[in-house]
Amino acid sequence: MSDVSQPAAHPPVTDWLNDFDHTDPQWTENPFPIWDELRAASPVVHTERFLGCYLPTTYEAVREIANDPEHFSSRRIIVRDARPEVTQNAAPPITSDPPVHKPAKQLLLPPFTPDAMKKLEPRVRTICNELIDGFVAEKKVDAAARYTKHIPVRAIAHMLGIPEGDSDLFINWIHMILELGIKDENLLLQAVHEMSDYFRDHIEQRRKHPTDDLISYLMNARNKDGQPLEDAHVLGSLRLLLIAGIDTTWSAIGSSLWHLARTPADRERLIAEPELMPTAVEEFLRAYSPVTMAREVIKERTVSGCPVKPGNMVLLSFPAANRDPKMFPDADKVVIDRRENRHAAFGLGIHRCIGSNLARMEMQVALEEWLKRIPDFRLDPAGTVTWSQGTVRGPRQLPFLLGKAM
Amino acid sequence: MAERLKVHVDPDKCQGHARCKALAPELFELDEYGNAREAGDGTVPVGLEDKAWLAKANCPEIAIDVIEE
Repeated sequence: MSDVSQPAAHPPVTDWLNDFDHTDPQWTENPFPIWDELRAASPVVHTERFLGCYLPTTYEAVREIANDPEHFSSRRIIVRDARPEVTQNAAPPITSDPPVHKPAKQLLLPPFTPDAMKKLEPRVRTICNELIDGFVAEKKVDAAARYTKHIPVRAIAHMLGIPEGDSDLFINWIHMILELGIKDENLLLQAVHEMSDYFRDHIEQRRKHPTDDLISYLMNARNKDGQPLEDAHVLGSLRLLLIAGIDTTWSAIGSSLWHLARTPADRERLIAEPELMPTAVEEFLRAYSPVTMAREVIKERTVSGCPVKPGNMVLLSFPAANRDPKMFPDADKVVIDRRENRHAAFGLGIHRCIGSNLARMEMQVALEEWLKRIPDFRLDPAGTVTWSQGTVRGPRQLPFLLGKAM
Repeated sequence: MAERLKVHVDPDKCQGHARCKALAPELFELDEYGNAREAGDGTVPVGLEDKAWLAKANCPEIAIDVIEE
């Protein structure tokens, strides 16, 4: 059994180069200058925190690691204070390595193709407009609390066939797993258990009354030997879809709106040239990539000339890679018509985010519907924007004033 | 006379980001898993050369070749 750790207060960072900490308030608030400083020093830096952890700072180093599952295992995908025993079927396929990974991933890919997402798009447009209806007449709104937060959770609930009305429950579990759980094992396990119980009930219901949603899809899926998946596998994949599908896209939509609130020129251009939206969405994904995954070093390796040793974790920062000026000219600028944009926001290599087509569709629809109905908005100087900590970065409070500035 | 272009997706490198299909739907197809392959024999019709280069430049896995014949 694992040690149950208490939530640990981490001392503030004074030496980013040798003692970085992605949960430090300074990183949470504004990580970009930190990454620049570290990148200028080395393609890979190390901290003793989190029982030993590397951070690749360049696009190239991130790519090398992402493409090397032999040396970098995905059995742990979040950098935390503790390293409890690894359990099977935690959240396949993301927590699996080859050769287990591929068949688990292939099962989940067909429901998430671009064509499948086109069918879901009208539902997402309706969700966005229902949300906007709820506050459009007001002068100020917390766009995170009343808009960005609800779009992905309701979309994935719709796909899974679970009640959209249970959204607050899901959001709370994810907060416990991805933020509080970094430092508190108990909260993490509690959320995982509650989530598993929730899905077990739904699996039981569908045994009696099959449906055409994703839960039934997974229950009906067959492995390469023609056998149904074990319940533990179905459960793990359902946990993954819920965890991965919510605050990631919530964050991406929120960061995009945060940018547009502060950048009237981009807002006006997107309204005048709506065909630019897909390109702009890619640029928001690059510049404000929400997701940092992790790997565990399982065999000694050299990355971009830097030796890395087993027993350490790797904070695989796709967001930092996407700010590498060697890969992207004017990497620190948001260029909404950037034509060449090989960004890594959805990961690189075999663990490419299954939900990338869903996230892109949701971002595009959420921004289009917002701009149609609320072309003028800005940050409320009387409010405070707050950002989530750790694995997924995005605004959790987004106070806006709506309408033209007086 | 401009060279004739052909696109080719390396199936071992493609991870299904689907950027090529979004940027150049005439030149690429997706299979049931969302992984890409070139449409037909990959020949780029006259006038779509820019789209071929754009798809190549935006593939996160560097899985696309544009071949000048």
